[in-house]
Amino acid sequence: MADVLEKKEEAKELLIDKQPKEPLLSKKNRKLLNDPLNDNNPITVQVLGICSALAITVKLYPALVMSISVLFVMAAGNVIVSLMRNFIPNRIRIIVQLVVVASLVALVDQVLKAFVYDVSKELSVFVGLIITNCIIMGRLEAFALGNTVWKSFLDGIGNAFGYAWILLAVAFFRELLGSGTLFGFQVIPDAWYLANGGFYSNNGFMLLPPMALITVGIIIWVQRARNTKLIEE
Amino acid sequence: MQELVNLFVKAIFVDNMIFAYFLGMCSYLAVSKKVSTAVGLGIAVIFVLTITVPVNFLLENYILREGALSWLSPAFAEVDLSFLSFILFIAVIASMVQLVEMTVEKFSPSLYNALGIFLPLIAVNCAILGGSLFMQERNFIGITEATVFGFGSGIGWFLAIVAIAAIREKIQYSNVPAPLKGLGITFIVTGLMGIAFMSFMGIKL
Repeated sequence: MADVLEKKEEAKELLIDKQPKEPLLSKKNRKLLNDPLNDNNPITVQVLGICSALAITVKLYPALVMSISVLFVMAAGNVIVSLMRNFIPNRIRIIVQLVVVASLVALVDQVLKAFVYDVSKELSVFVGLIITNCIIMGRLEAFALGNTVWKSFLDGIGNAFGYAWILLAVAFFRELLGSGTLFGFQVIPDAWYLANGGFYSNNGFMLLPPMALITVGIIIWVQRARNTKLIEE
Repeated sequence: MQELVNLFVKAIFVDNMIFAYFLGMCSYLAVSKKVSTAVGLGIAVIFVLTITVPVNFLLENYILREGALSWLSPAFAEVDLSFLSFILFIAVIASMVQLVEMTVEKFSPSLYNALGIFLPLIAVNCAILGGSLFMQERNFIGITEATVFGFGSGIGWFLAIVAIAAIREKIQYSNVPAPLKGLGITFIVTGLMGIAFMSFMGIKL
């Protein structure tokens, strides 16, 4: 009897071994990384995480810091929730997710306060608001709860990059047109400005909150004009 | 009294949650296709903001802030727990939403049915956590101020979502360029509304 059982075990093991192991960056996994950049972008297609995307895009530097923070929280949050996915009771999963994300964000907040204090002041409440950033909750709920660790990690990174490039694109235009600088360095030549007898002046309007909305609107327009399958009915 | 009215009007118009800080944009965009649902979500947000901001105010002033624990014993005067504020605030919000949901279900089933799935969703609405974080940043003096601020912010959010829902209902019949349909035009209209709301900035109260 024991022999038969052992043989069965062996056969099972053989079966498992025979299944081809998925390479780390198989085509499917690469799709997880690439999709959020365009076809399934968290901001312009899934409509998640708009709040912070708009509020902190006056300058490139804070936008970059914010993107990195979100990248960290997304990747780590996705991995942690994916590790725990078999132990979380379904009824309290939202609270569990909130606690995981809130602790990660508290960590990020303390790090920012310690190393880049000025930026952390500038971001003010928006660091804390990463907790309720819908991208993070959305991906935890829709992906990490049902997928393996490595896949969730890739999904987190992919979505964070999809979020980051929209953030940086909006910040690029707002900083360039609004204050004539990029990352704080002046790019518009001094001689162009009206004050020095030139023809150019900064468009202060770009610095105001409503222009962020309109810039994102235009990005959506351009994206959907190029990628016609995204057009809504 | 005058200062409270001042704060109230400012929270609704000048520091509008949507147009000045873009808080709660996700649900604002997702649930603004029809006026009736927008009204439901708006009322739920007013409700929850008015409750959570004062509760978190008490938490901040009697537990979290540096020296806030000194009412327990002078030995705690140096304790600074503010690094815990995110976790505590979100826990308070999640449990308050649950509590509000149960109370509404018990005492007003019709309102409960009208709010439907919006109540639980509110726990992850940035506007709610944002209200508490702004309260923390601005150092309000008393709980009345915090309540008025929460209530005013809620009304501001309500106004914004009802207005955009009404515009979206109308815009369905207009000839919008195909790639802009839906999300794109909503963004641009919100931007234009934001510009209109900026005219309130000039008000000196």
